[in-house]
Amino acid sequence: MDKAKSEHVRQIIADTLFISIDEVGEDASQDTLKNWDSLQQMNIVLALEQSFGVRFKPEEFSAMSNVEKILQHLQAKQA
Amino acid sequence: MIDQTGPAPLSDMRKNIDLAIAANDAALAMAMMTELWSVHAGPATAPLVLSWFNKLQGMAGGLDAKPLRLTVLRSFSVEPAIPLLRAAALLGGVQLDVTLGDFNTYSQDLLSPDSPAYASSPDVVVLAVQTRDIAPDIWAGQGLLDEARVAAVIAEFAGLIDAFRSRSEAALVVHNLEQPTWPAEGVLGGQSGGCQRDAIIRINAGIVQAAAQYSGVYVLDYDGLVSRHGRACWSDEARWLTMRLPVAMENLLHLADEWLKYLMPISGKVAKALIVDLDNTLWGGVLGEDGADGIELDGEYPGAAFQAVQRVLLDLSRRGIILGVCSKNDEGDALKVLADHPGMLVRPDDFAIFKINWQDKATNIKEIAQELNIGTDAIAFLDDNAAERLWVRQSLPEVHVIELTDDPLSYADALRAAPVFERLSLSNEDRQRKQHYADQRARQDLQGSVASLEDFYRSLDMHLDVFLVTASDIQRVAQLTQKTNQFNLTTRRYSEADIAKFVEDPAHMVFAARATDRFGDSGIIAVAIIAIDNNKARLDTFLMSCRVIGRTVETAVLACVVRALEDGDCQTLVGEFIPTPKNAPASEFLANHGFGEDQTLKLPAPSLQVPGWIRT
Repeated sequence: MDKAKSEHVRQIIADTLFISIDEVGEDASQDTLKNWDSLQQMNIVLALEQSFGVRFKPEEFSAMSNVEKILQHLQAKQA
Repeated sequence: MIDQTGPAPLSDMRKNIDLAIAANDAALAMAMMTELWSVHAGPATAPLVLSWFNKLQGMAGGLDAKPLRLTVLRSFSVEPAIPLLRAAALLGGVQLDVTLGDFNTYSQDLLSPDSPAYASSPDVVVLAVQTRDIAPDIWAGQGLLDEARVAAVIAEFAGLIDAFRSRSEAALVVHNLEQPTWPAEGVLGGQSGGCQRDAIIRINAGIVQAAAQYSGVYVLDYDGLVSRHGRACWSDEARWLTMRLPVAMENLLHLADEWLKYLMPISGKVAKALIVDLDNTLWGGVLGEDGADGIELDGEYPGAAFQAVQRVLLDLSRRGIILGVCSKNDEGDALKVLADHPGMLVRPDDFAIFKINWQDKATNIKEIAQELNIGTDAIAFLDDNAAERLWVRQSLPEVHVIELTDDPLSYADALRAAPVFERLSLSNEDRQRKQHYADQRARQDLQGSVASLEDFYRSLDMHLDVFLVTASDIQRVAQLTQKTNQFNLTTRRYSEADIAKFVEDPAHMVFAARATDRFGDSGIIAVAIIAIDNNKARLDTFLMSCRVIGRTVETAVLACVVRALEDGDCQTLVGEFIPTPKNAPASEFLANHGFGEDQTLKLPAPSLQVPGWIRT
């Protein structure tokens, strides 16, 4: 896994949820982080789009429910 | 620490702001956050700005934001725009507390007295309804314009506004209806009336009329906003269908900025004055280097960019915004360009105040605020120089510094985009403000010069001793007659022997004056030699050292001499002025002190007195 990209993604999640990056581990998901609900999911995806200059399809929104899946989708976009 | 040659990468800006906050430097942190937002605003950076503000609130000297309670009632998703709005508002000095109505329940929210719309006691309510939601048939373009349908939609808006106003005194901002990207009739629709486009135009006119019936109800031209950014790229149909978010991500910021153009004037966060730099801001080039003929200011490239800025200044002035200049330049040269250059669209009369000097701009702006009698938080500042902008931001964080890129063609737009210049109503006072300040300035120029001169004389604490010369003074008196050229009525040169003879002679009086002021003793600085014939006196010599020119000392000396002559029962004093290339400063002396056309002063002359600020 690309360490730098993982950290960038986790930082975006931390910023959006107003928590510290220390609370967003590589296994963080909608189930483990309290504030990560569907509204915040929308904000996280928009922030990812702005930061990485990509665009996610509507189907991908709910699919990207943890750090690992976000990285996979990003990888596919930027391939 | 900060790279001034261009905007730093986001990660660097972020690090620098963290450092500034750790160092408790609120002003620097705010300045850098403003720069960050102007380059990188968006969903990724909004949360950063909001957390930094949380930290700043705990700091002394941080943050004097005005609280404002906002409720948004809507027919579509606006959630992602809210953090953008809150961040931009904080940077503009407004702290928003935002409540959202339930999705697509805007009618119930307004009509029901115990809905969240009223329960949260908002200061402002925004009603954001799309055309496709309130007039789906018109959106779908079903046939020709139907008058009844247009009237029904207008009536629906009127009813919602009326219900709101009957339950709340808060401000209401109503979105009008947007046109579809493609007209239903294709190009046919634009050929004659009665089409889909007309229906929406008529509804929007009806919304404006309905709003005008009440105070504090404003129309937000949503259609205008969408056109400004381009109908074809404004919406995101995929997101609309899946998340009811019709506005594309890039445009959410534009929606937030448009809301801010209403929230700022409603909360009173407006700029009452715009202070502008001159070089490379109102004209291209540097006056001091390029000269008045070398600056770029006309209808061609690049001068046109600066004329565009001047046009904005004129528009702002018509809104009652005061204009002022703050420039590091030679004042005379700069004012001449403002008055005479053919490319200028604004003229000196358009400005209420000029600070054209070499003093730092923060001090100048503080002085401007005092002289205009407004707060520094009501001042906006336009300057092409990033270093000047940073200096002012750090010294006066409450001043609205307009952020600029290095492309002059973008300056006019930057001014038009700034929410601090927006006004929701115009009073007669606003319309007449420019003339008011021009009149004030004329009055003060007159007053100011008189008052400050007298204060200046008084502050010198001058003491004058006028006496008849004795042997010990002869050397100095003779020297003065030989050396004094400027303030010398007759320029007669006398040796020590000549003066000694005058002193001995009963038909002559030789006066000298010794001056001290708060800086010290100046010694003998004036000489008057009088020739007496019966009761007629003649002013053979009257001179004064250039050391004391311009302080009314000559008036005091003459008054003292005249008192002495009056004591001796003199009846006239005849003056004499012999012009030389150097004694112009004395040319009006006799006329100014009551000597007639015949150069004669009748004695006694009670109107000739020692000025009040000189002690004798």
